[in-house]
Amino acid sequence: MSSLPTITKATLAKDLRLEWRSKDVINAMLFFALLVVVIFSFSFNPTAEESRQIAGGLVWVAFLFASVVALNQTWARELRNQVLDAFRVSPAPANALFLAKAIGNFLFVSALEALMTPLFIVFYALRALGPGWQLVPVGLLGTWALVVNGTFFAAMSIRTRSREIMLPLLLFPITIPALLAMVQATSAILTGEASAKFWIVLLAVYNLVFTTVSLLLFESVLHAE
Amino acid sequence: MPIRGAKEGARSDSSELIVNPSPPACLNLPIISLSDVIKQFGRLAALRGITAEFLSGRLYVIVGDNGAGKTTLLRILAGLSQPTRGRVSILDSTDPRAVREQVGYMAHPSLLYDELSALENLRYFAQLYRINDEQRCRSVIFSLKLDPDLTRPVGEYSQGMRQRLSLARAVLHDPKILLLDEPFSNVDVGSARHMVELLAAMRNRGTTILLITHQASLLESASNEFVWMDFGKIIRRSRELELLQAL
Amino acid sequence: MKRAFPVFGLLTLVLLSFALYEALIGAPTERTMGEVQRIFYYHVSSAWTAFLLFLTNFIASVVYLAKKNSKADAVAAVTAEVGVLFCSVVLVTGPLWARPVWGIWWTWDMRLTLTLVLWLIYVSYLVLRRFSTSSQTAVIAAALSIFGAVDVPLVYFSIWYFRTQHPSPVIGRGGSLDARMWHVLLINWAAFLCFAFLICWSRYRLERLRRDVEETQALEALLEPRGVR
Repeated sequence: MSSLPTITKATLAKDLRLEWRSKDVINAMLFFALLVVVIFSFSFNPTAEESRQIAGGLVWVAFLFASVVALNQTWARELRNQVLDAFRVSPAPANALFLAKAIGNFLFVSALEALMTPLFIVFYALRALGPGWQLVPVGLLGTWALVVNGTFFAAMSIRTRSREIMLPLLLFPITIPALLAMVQATSAILTGEASAKFWIVLLAVYNLVFTTVSLLLFESVLHAE
Repeated sequence: MPIRGAKEGARSDSSELIVNPSPPACLNLPIISLSDVIKQFGRLAALRGITAEFLSGRLYVIVGDNGAGKTTLLRILAGLSQPTRGRVSILDSTDPRAVREQVGYMAHPSLLYDELSALENLRYFAQLYRINDEQRCRSVIFSLKLDPDLTRPVGEYSQGMRQRLSLARAVLHDPKILLLDEPFSNVDVGSARHMVELLAAMRNRGTTILLITHQASLLESASNEFVWMDFGKIIRRSRELELLQAL
Repeated sequence: MKRAFPVFGLLTLVLLSFALYEALIGAPTERTMGEVQRIFYYHVSSAWTAFLLFLTNFIASVVYLAKKNSKADAVAAVTAEVGVLFCSVVLVTGPLWARPVWGIWWTWDMRLTLTLVLWLIYVSYLVLRRFSTSSQTAVIAAALSIFGAVDVPLVYFSIWYFRTQHPSPVIGRGGSLDARMWHVLLINWAAFLCFAFLICWSRYRLERLRRDVEETQALEALLEPRGVR
């Protein structure tokens, strides 16, 4: 098992290099994220007070859509030239691949969020009335909650027909508690009316539980051709 | 299914006193054995009962028409796909995944990242086998007459170059068993001959090679045995290519 | 064994009729809600049955992953289907009951929400099974089933806290249940359980038959003379 961190790191480095080489995907994704924000802001045009109430929901639903598009790309590169088979015939632990992909997605989705957040703030004139620093753990935990299951279900959906549509079908129902937690925590912090502590703990537990389950089950799914 | 070749091989090497360059006795034991292996995709039977043994340190050439089940057989041996029924034993293990370290696999698709250079590709795959040796990657690339310092991404390689690099990836960890699916497709004759030489040298060092090809004549001298597959079965095994073609 | 199925079917029919009679006529009329409250016997019985089926699905999935036993997979497939069926009944009868009593079709009530999320999870499970191209659908499906089961407590706590923050616009079904009502409820539940078991049994036999047919066809394909392909 000592090879796990090494191979995770190697795979992550390889993925980042690939992303960097073919920036077309990144650019398309960033533009997609931008479009989502603009269209959301366009459709809902509330006052500053109202927006504080609904921003939590808007922001996270926008993140969810953007990350689904990003997550669907996770395995696309491994399927081209069937490179995934090269990993599968090697003795490398399957979980190294999973962790590398999940961390890669985490960085990727975080980048998208980093782009979208300031736009949301500008368009909705957002300002936190509660403890704003708590938005950082909510953002990090929430993003991991989206990508850990997303990465796993994306791997599952490569074994199905019409795989692009399968990912949201599998991901959304399971993600409901996490989404509720992200939205409620964000709203609580923005409005300053309630404490976000419970939701942050819930997100942490959610992440712990699903990261464990994913690591336990990934190998069987990877080899379920 | 007669497995004549295998049995003869086992019998002929009973004496330990023979002093010749042929592989030592222990290498003539079956390293791969299949018993009644069936693989079905739904109603389609890709393998219809394969029972065979393959000996250590030999080069086997698998020939047959498209759809004969050659690729399916290789994928099962590589542990990429599980047989519907039957038993596969490789290096005394019935789970191909337990011996992955000892097996090299080259598929029809390149199994390479198009956006990375040759060295970057191999460096990554080397790490999957816990090899952290830049020199090893370079020398393998070099041995296939490619330039390790070429920064061009593999996607811009010619088909022949890509095939050679794909072979380099498969032999990187110096496996005991090498499974090759059409290594010579789109490779020019000169390079193909060079690849054959390389494979023959590996075989002489004790590597067992199973190779699928439509250009069997390239391997006439290097091959130990030709295995003819048809409609999901091994229908004949022979030392001489002509015998097979006469059928 | 062959006779067991029709006998059990007949028993179920009798039990269901009795339960129906008890629910519609036998049970006392609720004071405030009136006759409409009688839907409660179906609603709650279906819910408990659905939950039990989902639990079975989870256990069968774990057994499948541990033992790779294809019977366990068939059980998992069947219980998910029938579970979704009963869960749908809950989701339809819930609003039917809520509308006259609470004045609204839907509320993000603890139990309703949990049922809805369960329904969504298991529908996605069935979709996955249907869309899978893998020769090991059972493995993938079992993995999803475990994800779903692990999710349930998290869904529970999230909605529970969500509810405490946003008090429900209506008063829940507080108060204790009349002993006679309990009695009718349990009879109905027993009847529904038998009914669910009957469907599962028959569906399981069908599933096994389907797999046998597939296997036979596969065997035939093995014997097929060359050239048919």
